Amino acid sequence: MSTSEGKMSDLGSSAPWPAGAAARPKVGARTIFFGLLLLVAVTLPFISKNFFIFQTTVVMVYAIAILGLNLLIGVNGQFSLGHGAFYALGAYTAAILMETFGLHYAWTLPIAAALCFVAGFLFGLPALRLEGVYLALATFALAVTTPQLLKLSPFEGFTGGVQGIVITKPGAPFGLPLNSDQWLYFLTLAIGLLLYWLVHNIVHSRTGRAFMAIRDNPIAASSMGVNTSLYKATAFGVSAMITGVAGSLGAIVIQFVAPDSFTFALSVQLLVGLVIGGVGWLPGALIGAVFVVFIPNVAEEISKGLAGACYGVLLILVIYLAPQGADGVIRAAVDRFKRLL
Amino acid sequence: MDLFIHQVIAGFATGGIYACMALAVVMIYQAIHHLNFAQGEMAMFSTYLGWQLLAWGAPYWAVFPLVMAISFAGGLAIERIVVRPIENAPVLSHVVIFIALFAIFNSAAGFIWGFTIKPVPSPFGEGALYPGAPIGKHQAGMLVVTMIVLSLLWAFFRFTRVGLSMRAASVNPESARLVGVRVSLMNGLGWGMASAIGALAGLLIAPVVFLEPNMMLSILLYGFAGAVLGGLSSPLGAVLGGFIVGIVENLAGTYIPVIGGELKLSIALFLIVAVLLVKPAGLLGRRTVQRV
Repeated sequence: MSTSEGKMSDLGSSAPWPAGAAARPKVGARTIFFGLLLLVAVTLPFISKNFFIFQTTVVMVYAIAILGLNLLIGVNGQFSLGHGAFYALGAYTAAILMETFGLHYAWTLPIAAALCFVAGFLFGLPALRLEGVYLALATFALAVTTPQLLKLSPFEGFTGGVQGIVITKPGAPFGLPLNSDQWLYFLTLAIGLLLYWLVHNIVHSRTGRAFMAIRDNPIAASSMGVNTSLYKATAFGVSAMITGVAGSLGAIVIQFVAPDSFTFALSVQLLVGLVIGGVGWLPGALIGAVFVVFIPNVAEEISKGLAGACYGVLLILVIYLAPQGADGVIRAAVDRFKRLL
Repeated sequence: MDLFIHQVIAGFATGGIYACMALAVVMIYQAIHHLNFAQGEMAMFSTYLGWQLLAWGAPYWAVFPLVMAISFAGGLAIERIVVRPIENAPVLSHVVIFIALFAIFNSAAGFIWGFTIKPVPSPFGEGALYPGAPIGKHQAGMLVVTMIVLSLLWAFFRFTRVGLSMRAASVNPESARLVGVRVSLMNGLGWGMASAIGALAGLLIAPVVFLEPNMMLSILLYGFAGAVLGGLSSPLGAVLGGFIVGIVENLAGTYIPVIGGELKLSIALFLIVAVLLVKPAGLLGRRTVQRV
């Protein structure tokens, strides 16, 4: 759906990150597959119930957020456990602009994007000096602190404190014959495809190669003239921007923001989605998003009281059985299929 | 001035807890070079075990060593069963495993013991240490126990053969293996000890913060802040860092208005970022220099 179109990004293998073999251009079959997927994505809202449309929209929102995280972790090799904070920033920006200032929701997205880019860039600056474990720590602290910052009493007038903000659901514009669930689905799909295209192009551009060079060997990259600090901060900014846009969309779709929706658990979900989808593989974001949205329900089916424990066990199993996420599984399957032919 | 001294002493007392937590963090970091995000939940689970034993009528001073022993075995088991198979996996896989452990312990504790807050009795008694004293009996006891454990640990690492082997295994696994140190066993021991120390921290702080499945997340964050402040490569630094974090937290909470109750966790964030910016190796940590 939103992030499923396009080629596999050909990321080289590197020491601390799961190896991704170079993509073999087999455009024919792949184009057909993703074309079909897009066709399904477009027809889906006309043949299914509103609740399922809503759930699929939420999946796409998560996919966009994971896509942003993937740009940072998978492509640039910087670690973040705190992307929930940028998601929250995007969500609150949209909510406050819509409800307090009465802005049209379409305008909140670019504003949230700009704000999150700046915030990400600024957080990326001190993060430049941090590597690996230290960056994980700093971003972990950011994630844990976020709900407290959102509850801060001096800003209660804007943020609504603990209660949060309720958002009115926008309907379809221009008299389109769609209900608001369907409209939000298409809006999210369109923005998701746009952002996917953006990230895909970044990865395959000079900038993307600089990002990957920094991930694989920062010293070699800087000796070849890559401005390491600028690129790392930029990667943080763009990544935060994409995750922030996902946050705004999420706020509009769910029609509610409150501090306790943006706890450490949110950042964890994004990270889990990234690892499940395959680090560095852009379409994996969608598979990861499906996992984080639906697997908790599956875990709840298995045992209501022990849902968290079931989720944990499932996670451990996935890491054992498919250490490289969906990326690795799909590659292995495609290879086997080719050998059969 | 009285208020100031009072707050410093109170901060010292909570700092003891953070010091324990920071120490546990550093020990696992030394053993496997990953930060264990499930550390706090493991400690919380141990604390529940202790509460259960107390509720069954076991005497406090028997519960203490027993829970630490169980936690030690549990930590060792987790290392053997869950962590060992992915020893050489990428960093992210480890982080996801820690998240999984986090979810498992949190949910299991909630399932077994419920989410209602449980008061835990203090072994040192209630009330002030002496009439008009700045700290309570429990806090004083907590401080003494922490100090004893820390000195025992220091002696263990400094004077015993096993302690030396553990240090060797963490500093240079290859060479340690060549001189006959069983590196993987040492890693397991590191997990076990960290888990036992975490259990101690949990049992000591439970009378202060009350027992509930989510009690440890913020304490773990302060523990991380302490570990970073002192330096992730130095157990002594972690302890010192923990105490400083406790004192800073208390002073900032008293003297800076908005921070008071609302922003206490943010202090940890600011401390971590500030330390990493000014002195990334921490107060007592070794600077790692990479050869190119």
